[in-house]
Amino acid sequence: MKGFGGPTQAPTWVTHGLVPLINLGLALVIAGIIIALIGENPFEALRLLVLGAVGYPEAIGYTLYYTTNFVFTGLAVAIAFHCGLFNIGGEGQAYLGGLGAGLIGLYLGHWPAPVVIPLAIACAMAFGAFWAFIPGWLQAKRGSHIVITTIMFNFLAAALMTYLLVEIFIKPGQQAAESRTFEAGAWLPFVHDVFAAFGANIGRSSLNLSIVVAAVCLVLFWFFVWRTRWGYEIRAVGHNESAAVYGGIAPDRAIMLAMAISGGLAGLVGVNEIIGVHHRLLLEFTAGYGFVGIAVALMGRNHPAGILLAALLFGILYQGGSELAFDMPNVTRDMVVVLQGLVILFSGALEHMFRGRIERLFARRARAVAA
Amino acid sequence: MKRLIVAALAAIGIAAGGMAQAEDFTPAVVFDMGGKFDKSFNEAAFNGAEKFAADTGIQYRDFEVTNPSMREQALRNMARRGAQVVVAMGFAQAAAVETVAQEFPETKFTLIDMVVDLPNVQSVIFKEHEGSFLVGMAAAMASQTGKVGFVGGMDIPLIRKFALGYVEGAQHVNPDIEIFQNMTGTTPSAWNDPTKGGELARSQFDRGADVVYAAAGGTGIGVYQAAKDAGKLAIGVDSNQNYIHPGTMLTSMVKRVDVAVYESFRAAKDGTWQGGIQILGLAEDGVGWALDEHNRSLVSAEMEAAIEQARTDIIAGNIAVTDYMAQ
Repeated sequence: MKGFGGPTQAPTWVTHGLVPLINLGLALVIAGIIIALIGENPFEALRLLVLGAVGYPEAIGYTLYYTTNFVFTGLAVAIAFHCGLFNIGGEGQAYLGGLGAGLIGLYLGHWPAPVVIPLAIACAMAFGAFWAFIPGWLQAKRGSHIVITTIMFNFLAAALMTYLLVEIFIKPGQQAAESRTFEAGAWLPFVHDVFAAFGANIGRSSLNLSIVVAAVCLVLFWFFVWRTRWGYEIRAVGHNESAAVYGGIAPDRAIMLAMAISGGLAGLVGVNEIIGVHHRLLLEFTAGYGFVGIAVALMGRNHPAGILLAALLFGILYQGGSELAFDMPNVTRDMVVVLQGLVILFSGALEHMFRGRIERLFARRARAVAA
Repeated sequence: MKRLIVAALAAIGIAAGGMAQAEDFTPAVVFDMGGKFDKSFNEAAFNGAEKFAADTGIQYRDFEVTNPSMREQALRNMARRGAQVVVAMGFAQAAAVETVAQEFPETKFTLIDMVVDLPNVQSVIFKEHEGSFLVGMAAAMASQTGKVGFVGGMDIPLIRKFALGYVEGAQHVNPDIEIFQNMTGTTPSAWNDPTKGGELARSQFDRGADVVYAAAGGTGIGVYQAAKDAGKLAIGVDSNQNYIHPGTMLTSMVKRVDVAVYESFRAAKDGTWQGGIQILGLAEDGVGWALDEHNRSLVSAEMEAAIEQARTDIIAGNIAVTDYMAQ
């Protein structure tokens, strides 16, 4: 996806730094006007949002916890994009990933943590990969459109989880469709507990060691896509399937591989949520992270560095947005969704509004300086 | 002399501080994922809190969670920012209440629809099956075809509790009655999908049902509309929804969440708030059936007498309604 806007001589910091910042700034201006219209002070709102997201240790913890989820789903969508596939099934794959992690937690939680946790991570990836592999297989072998099948698999995942939690895993005698809490062996440690072990005291938050897994995934993603043969095959198929066939690449294999990896990455949301935060199986823990992953991948240009920044931005919007709704009674949770939507609109959909003009401006200056 | 002044100032300061604290009473409510305007469960709590604010002039804090991990965060935020009493709406918040109530033993928590056994937690649960029994009777008596319907939100224990009470009530009147049951969906959108609710109601009407009971939050609106369009009857839930379509709303199964929230705030303000479990059934007027000017013409004197009789019998223990949760 490099060279998205065609060849320019604009410096990299303009293309990858200034343009996104201008888009973000514009989104904030429009959001500020809306906030002013409903009778609140936009600068105060911005202050509360930023303070609520990064102003104190606990808030930073929550911001990074959301970021972790968005890194997983963003990478999941990105690997499918590289293969020319639009995976909208992150939500269902994350749900199944949680089931995989949860099964290990429920049945093997009494084993020592160093054994259980890698097992749970592997199982979450396997379940998520399986859930994405089926649509991948259907696309590769039967030509069933991936967008349709992955959406349908989201509903199948929801139906399956509701059935399993209501009929099988539910802790007897309670209203909530939730399993019992896992034994401590299946708890991925919270970051605040890790810090406490070294004597440092930071605020309690949902942030857990899944963030380390996310960091590893970012690096491996880059290596896999740009430094391995499989990554090359996936990108080749994504650019031009016919040319890939001419080059001796089997597109069906690349499609199935890309989808399985995509599902595995989405499944890691289940690790963060199930063995990282809730320590029990429950319904609806995916909460739309799979869909936000699409925006994260778009904003991040399907590159790990961009995805990290976009995920961080959405983490800030999620955490800061909920704090904003807390402190400003007029700003409801729907207003917070509007703010997030504006950011997606300007940095994703309208991103070419300024890009060309700004890049030409800088390219001209660069030429002028050179002359 | 100087020391005296300092002491006097200090005394005033302490007194003022104490007064400020008494005036600073802040109640709070944390809505669950349905949101506070769901026309049903959460909105009932919103109405209770609004009534408290109107009656006392005391502002309350509120928050609507959008994902499961926000529940704990929201409760903790409320407690940390000085709310003396926090109402947590919905069974799904139980785990979060359990954690946060231990961290803030001075803060009072009221949990609706679920039990958490801690000294600073008041658990309010409703006997929805008893109220559903009464509207089930109403449905069976109003039905000409001997077939009635039930549209639930998601297939979860709480909704099965509604359904079971309804079935038992209908069968109490007519042991041979046929009852159709459908659930709207498997995702949270099932609580706010009027289109699908209407479809399900229409399919039940096509199979011969002529009274449909909806226990599905905002989805119910579609069920009531379908009943109105088809000239059949519908039964509302949680709030008194008789006014929505006068003439085709047979009755509503009311669950007084608004009263529970109001009472929790009031008791905390008066210092009479107590932890423990409150079970609100027919006897406590926590649940019931709604009879007002909008459905007066649909309920015959005979029906009213039979339902009131059953109500008395359930309170006295002569009729046992099965609680799905206790099975």
